[in-house]
Amino acid sequence: MSICKKTVTETAELLRTRKISADELVKEYFDEIKKKNPDINAYVTICEDEAIKAAEAAQKIMDSNNDVPYLCGIPMTLKDNICTKNIKTTCASKMLEDFLPPYSATVYKKLLDSGTVLLGKLNMDEFAMGNSSEHSIFGAVHNPWNTAFVAGGSSGGSAASVASNLAAFALGSDTGGGIRQPASFCGVVGLKPTYGLVSRYGLIAFASSLEQIGIISKDITDCGIIMNVITGHDPMDSTSIKRPAEDYSEGLGKNIDGIKIALPKELFGSELEKEVGNVINDTLKRLESRGAVLSDCSLPTIENAIHAYYIISSSEASSNLARYDGIRYGHRNERAENISDLYRKSRTEGFGQETKRRILLGTYALSAEHQDELYKKALKVRNIITREFRNAFDEYDIIAAPVSPVTAFKLQENLNNPLKMYLKDVYTVAANLAGLPAVSIPCGKDKKGLPIGIQLIGKPFSEKLLLNVGKQIEMEAGRLEII
Amino acid sequence: MNYDIVIGLEIHSELKTSSKIFCGCKNEFGGEPNTRCCPVCLGMPGTLPALNKRVLEYAIKAGLAMNCRIAGFSKFDRKNYFYPDMPKAYQVTQHSLPICYDGYVDIDVGYETKRIGIERIHIEEDAGKLIHSSTGQGSLIDYNRSGVPLIEIVTKPDLNSPEEAKILLETIKTILEYTEVSDCKMQEGSLRADVNLSLRPIGSNTPGVRTEMKNLNSFRAVQRAAQAEAERQARVLDSGQKVYKETRRWDDHKGESLPMRDKEEVMDYRCFPEPDLPPVYVDEDFINEIQASIPELPGMRRERYINQYGIPKYDAGLITQNKVLADIFEKASEVCGNPKLVSNWIMTEIMKRMNEEGEGILHSYLNGDNFGQILLFLDKGDITHAAAIQVIDVLLETGEEPIVIVERLNLRVQRDESLVANTIKQVVNSNPQALDDYISGKKKAFGFFMGKIMAELKGRGDPSQVKEILTKELQRYL
Ligand SMILES: [Zn+2]
Repeated sequence: MSICKKTVTETAELLRTRKISADELVKEYFDEIKKKNPDINAYVTICEDEAIKAAEAAQKIMDSNNDVPYLCGIPMTLKDNICTKNIKTTCASKMLEDFLPPYSATVYKKLLDSGTVLLGKLNMDEFAMGNSSEHSIFGAVHNPWNTAFVAGGSSGGSAASVASNLAAFALGSDTGGGIRQPASFCGVVGLKPTYGLVSRYGLIAFASSLEQIGIISKDITDCGIIMNVITGHDPMDSTSIKRPAEDYSEGLGKNIDGIKIALPKELFGSELEKEVGNVINDTLKRLESRGAVLSDCSLPTIENAIHAYYIISSSEASSNLARYDGIRYGHRNERAENISDLYRKSRTEGFGQETKRRILLGTYALSAEHQDELYKKALKVRNIITREFRNAFDEYDIIAAPVSPVTAFKLQENLNNPLKMYLKDVYTVAANLAGLPAVSIPCGKDKKGLPIGIQLIGKPFSEKLLLNVGKQIEMEAGRLEII
Repeated sequence: MNYDIVIGLEIHSELKTSSKIFCGCKNEFGGEPNTRCCPVCLGMPGTLPALNKRVLEYAIKAGLAMNCRIAGFSKFDRKNYFYPDMPKAYQVTQHSLPICYDGYVDIDVGYETKRIGIERIHIEEDAGKLIHSSTGQGSLIDYNRSGVPLIEIVTKPDLNSPEEAKILLETIKTILEYTEVSDCKMQEGSLRADVNLSLRPIGSNTPGVRTEMKNLNSFRAVQRAAQAEAERQARVLDSGQKVYKETRRWDDHKGESLPMRDKEEVMDYRCFPEPDLPPVYVDEDFINEIQASIPELPGMRRERYINQYGIPKYDAGLITQNKVLADIFEKASEVCGNPKLVSNWIMTEIMKRMNEEGEGILHSYLNGDNFGQILLFLDKGDITHAAAIQVIDVLLETGEEPIVIVERLNLRVQRDESLVANTIKQVVNSNPQALDDYISGKKKAFGFFMGKIMAELKGRGDPSQVKEILTKELQRYL
């Protein structure tokens, strides 16, 4: 078995027992990347020289020191909206095609401090707007299970890289399902932490009040180990929360007797593809046999979540993306006649179609004339949904749901029907609106051989419980591996 | 027609916290362009703001000093618009829930006191500065000022003349200086005001259409701009036309204002809550702590000066308008023990110098202690009035102690009776013509002798002693 197929836990063990050195390991990964990436298009930047140097440095630490961080020498990769000092961070946009951040994101610093090695940066939907990773100046990401299909999005590169063994793990960002849905489409684990648990400092903003940096990993245990590194209060992010550290990798797989799991009837309706529904129901039954208590519940307002989500996220995006004006950095039209012409031309050329659509939508929703009926109303819906979740969590420990009503769809299939694309997000956006942690765990495949994921949503800061129940699912379903 | 003038001010004041509002960069005026910036205040992609708690403290301090209520819960909003000096293309401000509201400031208009309502004081960030290049080749931007903390003080439209507007701005400047939240250096733009003005026919209750004039950075500009705008609106209304709600730019050189943008174009700032900053909760203890740190404010100080030192209201008002000057007065009064003398000297000699050379004298070698010592010499009759002025001149140049100057320049009054008597005898003897005049009843001759004698004593004679001995001396010839 290729060493690149191994989990973080397994790889760390190999490094610790000197079965392989960190630089040899990284070279293996680059061989794999060179072989597979042309078909999958997960990486948009490869940092081979830097990575080999970093791996050699990591090896030196391991050779000379007894107290080595657990992740030392582990090759990883980041979605291209997470700032890496002096390494291009493009958001898959022409606007930032040559952008070299002058600083590093907090999560990247934490990963460097723990000895991991950055292999490169990952493809995505432009500015994280989309759920298929097709809206990218670098071209679409292809699903490693079948390259005729999408990898999901917006963190499609993150999910595809981990699924095809081009990194031991990856970080992505989840604004409305951007980690969970591609994880589900690619058959890997994807965790969106509670809002405020992971610093957003250095994550290029799309929708500030919704998005979180999260993890895509080969299994649940890896996810817990990486959580231990990236969580924690950051004074640079005022929305990050101060709370005692937890060990997310401890106690996984322990007894789930009596854990109350609720199934919102609104998310198990007719829109759900039959095959997907069957695999999920089957998975839930197996949790029941392991001691979980299943009940139906209702989150009546969740059907409006999609509208609230698109209004709020686009509104924030219209403001967050206004800074790309061609003045200080980013794409600039050189033939502009005056300042407003410079703005107009630079932005017209720099942004892709989907990004422009969201900016326009958000600008409209925030306008003095429409703010009450759109933006403010969406905030009200958001509050109601949050309250409905809180009430449900008074009774239940976990809410289980599909991640997506379908498995991966064909490339190009939905590109000309943005509304249809938006509506598929209904299963994932509610957790972002309410700031709740949610994880996607592979639980089976459809007839086409494409992966299916199940979603577990928990109370704020209940990641440990989610991972523990996720571990049970993993133990039942096994890891999905591409042969 | 005759109109009532209705004016409200929006006053922007930079807070003198040591670092900027959302990052650790130094908050200082000037510096090499773009050297006091970091990814956060440059609005680089992915950066986030972290509120400097001092800014909150300073804003609350200003609010308490202007009798405002302090919001236990306030929040920040984004005001969106494109401008090259604004790196995020939005300004973080407090649009819907300001930190301070519902206050007032009392101003003195002639002999009356008038209460002006303060609608709100909110916190916001300043923008960079656009510099039009001297070569005419495009524009340059300096972001050193980007992210400097500001408060905006919004008054109620309680002002009814350009003069009142000026006085209010002066009063608020004094309060901000007393509370030490702002330097209020108007020439550096750290205090600037927008004037909102409308006219209302006398006796009418319907408010007129108001215009706004932005970024006035001197008291004089505020008064002149308001005056000119009131006259312009009156001309427009008198000719039967309408005043448009618009923003105008005041040109202080030409003494006129022009519309800033197209009348048709209404700015929509699309304000919404800033998602990167949590709401601000302020508790009673924090407010009480700040309240306790507020020094005696100008109005209270003036009353105390009138009662404690017995100086005239007018003098007390002028002296307390400037905190440093008031501090000098108080210290000098303590040192010399004669507050009235100190107040007289401030109102004449010091004010004269301030008018001629600006406020620099208040930040020079002169301080309350040495000024008091000089006046103590004068009060005891140890030096003359002219000598006291001379000591001040020298002190401003060298910074020496008054006693050192007095001794070095030999300015102490000459009281040696035999020496004075001899000098007098000599002057009388060597001026027979004047003596004859005196004997023949021309009293003017006495003044002539006094002048001659004082000159002979090099200005150090004690006039009353000289007068007494001279009178005796001349008596002998009558
Ligand atoms: Zn800064």
